[in-house]
Amino acid sequence: MSAGLFKRGWLRLTLTLGAPAAWFVLIYLAALAILFVSAFWRVDSFTGDIVHDWNLDNFKTIVESPTYRTIAFRTIGIAAAVTITDALLAIPFAYFAARLAPKRLQTVLFVIVLVPLWTSYLVRVYAWRLILAEDGILNWTLHELGFGGVHIAYSNWAMWIVFSYLWLPFMILPVWVAFERVPASFLEASADLGARGWTTFRRVLLPMVLPGIVAGSIFTFSLTLGDFITPTLVGGAGSDFIGNVVYRSVGIASDVPFAAALATIPLLVMGVYLLVARKLGAFEAL
Amino acid sequence: MVVLVTLGLMGVVACGGGDDNGSSTTSNLPTSIGRGEGQLNLIAWEGYTEDEWVKPFESQTGCKVNAKYAGSSDEMVTLMRQGGGSQYDMVSASGDASLRLIRGGDVAPVNVALVPGWQDFIPELKSPPHNTVDGQHYGVSLQWGPNTLLYNTRDVTTTPDSWSTIYDSRYKGKVTVPDNPIQIADAALYLSRTRPELGIRDPYALTEDQLDAAVDLLKTQRPLIKKYWALASDEIDLFKNGDAVVGASWPYQTITLQDSGAPVKDLIPREGATGWADTWMLSSNARHPNCAYAWMKWISTPRVQAQQAISFGETPANLKACSYMDRIQRGACAKYHANAPASYFASIKFWKTPTRDCGDGSQDCTDYTTWQQKWTEMKG
Amino acid sequence: MDTTRISRAALAVWTALIVLFLLFPILLIILYAFNPSNVQSWPLEGLSTKWFSSTFHNEQMREALWLSVRAALISTTIAIVLGSMAAFAVHRFRFFGRETISFLLVLPLALPGIITGMALNSFFVWGTVNFSLTTIVIGHATFCIVTVYNNALARLRRTQTSLVEASMDLGADGWQTFRHVTMPVIATALVAGGLLAFALSFDEVIVTTFTAGAQNTLPLWIFGNIRLGQNLPQVNVVVLMVIVVTIVPVTLAQRLTRDTGVLRPGVGRGRADASTHAAAAAEPAP
Repeated sequence: MSAGLFKRGWLRLTLTLGAPAAWFVLIYLAALAILFVSAFWRVDSFTGDIVHDWNLDNFKTIVESPTYRTIAFRTIGIAAAVTITDALLAIPFAYFAARLAPKRLQTVLFVIVLVPLWTSYLVRVYAWRLILAEDGILNWTLHELGFGGVHIAYSNWAMWIVFSYLWLPFMILPVWVAFERVPASFLEASADLGARGWTTFRRVLLPMVLPGIVAGSIFTFSLTLGDFITPTLVGGAGSDFIGNVVYRSVGIASDVPFAAALATIPLLVMGVYLLVARKLGAFEAL
Repeated sequence: MVVLVTLGLMGVVACGGGDDNGSSTTSNLPTSIGRGEGQLNLIAWEGYTEDEWVKPFESQTGCKVNAKYAGSSDEMVTLMRQGGGSQYDMVSASGDASLRLIRGGDVAPVNVALVPGWQDFIPELKSPPHNTVDGQHYGVSLQWGPNTLLYNTRDVTTTPDSWSTIYDSRYKGKVTVPDNPIQIADAALYLSRTRPELGIRDPYALTEDQLDAAVDLLKTQRPLIKKYWALASDEIDLFKNGDAVVGASWPYQTITLQDSGAPVKDLIPREGATGWADTWMLSSNARHPNCAYAWMKWISTPRVQAQQAISFGETPANLKACSYMDRIQRGACAKYHANAPASYFASIKFWKTPTRDCGDGSQDCTDYTTWQQKWTEMKG
Repeated sequence: MDTTRISRAALAVWTALIVLFLLFPILLIILYAFNPSNVQSWPLEGLSTKWFSSTFHNEQMREALWLSVRAALISTTIAIVLGSMAAFAVHRFRFFGRETISFLLVLPLALPGIITGMALNSFFVWGTVNFSLTTIVIGHATFCIVTVYNNALARLRRTQTSLVEASMDLGADGWQTFRHVTMPVIATALVAGGLLAFALSFDEVIVTTFTAGAQNTLPLWIFGNIRLGQNLPQVNVVVLMVIVVTIVPVTLAQRLTRDTGVLRPGVGRGRADASTHAAAAAEPAP
């Protein structure tokens, strides 16, 4: 590098990092900090004012009540299921798109993966209601084919399907890029050394693509973890997510301290997840 | 209807002064409506600000209407308090939110003399306890309606006449009720007739034991529920697509379903029903108070009352709206009970916020926060 | 990899199925824009274009659409400027807290939207800031910056720094090097990141619920319409319009991110790339 750059290195650094850092710290992190501090306070139920009365009541309620434990496990469980499903769906697709598809087809596939992202999330979920309803398209097709109907509308199954559908593009993209970046020479070398297709895939490709998969999983996991709209639209009687209770606490009951206490669950889960993901190199693959 | 020009006004409008802790201040109510400020920010139920009556209002008063929709009373309360209360000018609060807003100092008294339509309101809604405190009107009543029993006539072959239908295991997996803690009151209402030994007189004033009984009833209902509907369209879809055949509903869903050809009907069972009565309330820190008054005036006129009633499927507060309703849609007046006798009104237990005050002197009833917790626990 | 014929065919079939999975709900949405009834049910009782006219004339929809476009444009611009600055700083300089900054910059995307939304909401309420386009933009910009940052950083990491050195050796100063060497390389990454940021902002619902005032963005307008259900097909019409309008930029974006000239994905990359161990063995791109 030029000597000049070195001398003004620190100045450059301050300038280049100054603006985004200021943005982040001031607004975002401060907001987060204030939010999680308020978890230790409580709210006057009638006037709605937050009382700065330090206590652990909110956390106690969450830990001791079986309801919130159930809700938390349900949320995390479905998030995990969705992540695994999307990974399984995405890997073969991404492999084909990245390495086997001709250029023209690649463009088409790319557009097809991105178009759902441009289509309103709400409307896509709404379309699934039509598919999964009792008299919906899925049952109609099954009846036409001679099978009985399924009753998965408004249930955890429905949520699993819809979430997997919604976040699939987020999983496909980093995995696609990861497959693209594997140099052909590696695979040739592996073949030369005598490994057949599946072995090469398992021991050469997969480890190299893993960062991409983990990167995609950050999205699928976190997006499912915090979502409350899909459970509202396609969930059933027992489908409340952490996000639903949080949303009701904030936007409806005006009990921000309790909501903040609840929100520490996804925060902690994602915190751990991110640390693990970083170890696996996912950050370079985002 | 033109906005009146001011004559010797005392300042702008009632803003409740600098401090807001619910104290009524008669002294600074306006005596006439000033010039419009050009904008009006409303918090409203979906369908309360349709073009049909908003557009004429905008062109006549020059007040551009921005509506923020809220799906529940609680949401409305939260929105009203946002940003120090000056974000929105008015809110169409139901009875279970209005008192909280009044007590919290979020809304200001209004001068009903400036709202000519008020004179023609049904007597029960001129100064109801949910929006009139100590003689002070904190807004003008708007419309009202019952929570009905909705059923599919094909699958429910005998006409139901009791709320027991939605607790009947015959319809397991095909029942739907609103996803709202206030639904506990509906269970309490049912219990007040079927288990009089519990001593429930007011479904919104429940002691611990009465609350537990109501929640237990709801717990037995939970396996029957296909989905707790949160949005009106949820219920419409549930019935239209065969996922539910019976449930608790608003008239709006019935109309929409019938218009689309679904074989549904609704009724009020013999135990009676809960209901909602809405009030347009003025924010204590409204930034566009003149437009707000102009809106209150407009929305209380018979024709607009009729339009909204038919559009949403509710009952207008203004008695004179009846003839207009029939003009827009034949038979609408009777269909939406706009000319119903007072006994019909009295049979409905309107939403109100549960508080510790039982209304009979004792203070050991359960408050809304407890209801919310119980509801969340029940749903799991 | 010497993939056998069968494997190839299987992968192609899998890809086709995934394409069907991704597209089916979208086709459904488009189909139901022609729904004669205002209730969504199957089967469709005929086709009608009657909703198109009322949608175009719906002023609330137009305002919401315009607000969404403005919010997305501003957020994306901020994101491109600040995100690229942050990417440069993290890539070029080694400084204390670099890892932390990297970690923090992932948070807006990794943390569930409801947390971001709640935090910002509380922050604005506490600071008595009026909710307006500004607060919406702030909310969106937090995750838009991250999207651009990730793309820019990934591209920088894959750039051979020898180019920069070569440019310096040939006498160009810092600014010229930036303009003629670094910028062209990173430009397409910024475009790709910017497009993704735009998409995320345009369709954002959860954070916007908490940061919008009396205004409606398009997703909020859609949610309002879904709530009531009276004019549902209008929502489908709008979504159809959006899809049609965005297919072109998305296709362009894909083309841009492929042909960079200086480097080709998968062959020859910078030293900082986590997935390379044999960079020395890899040939630079022709």
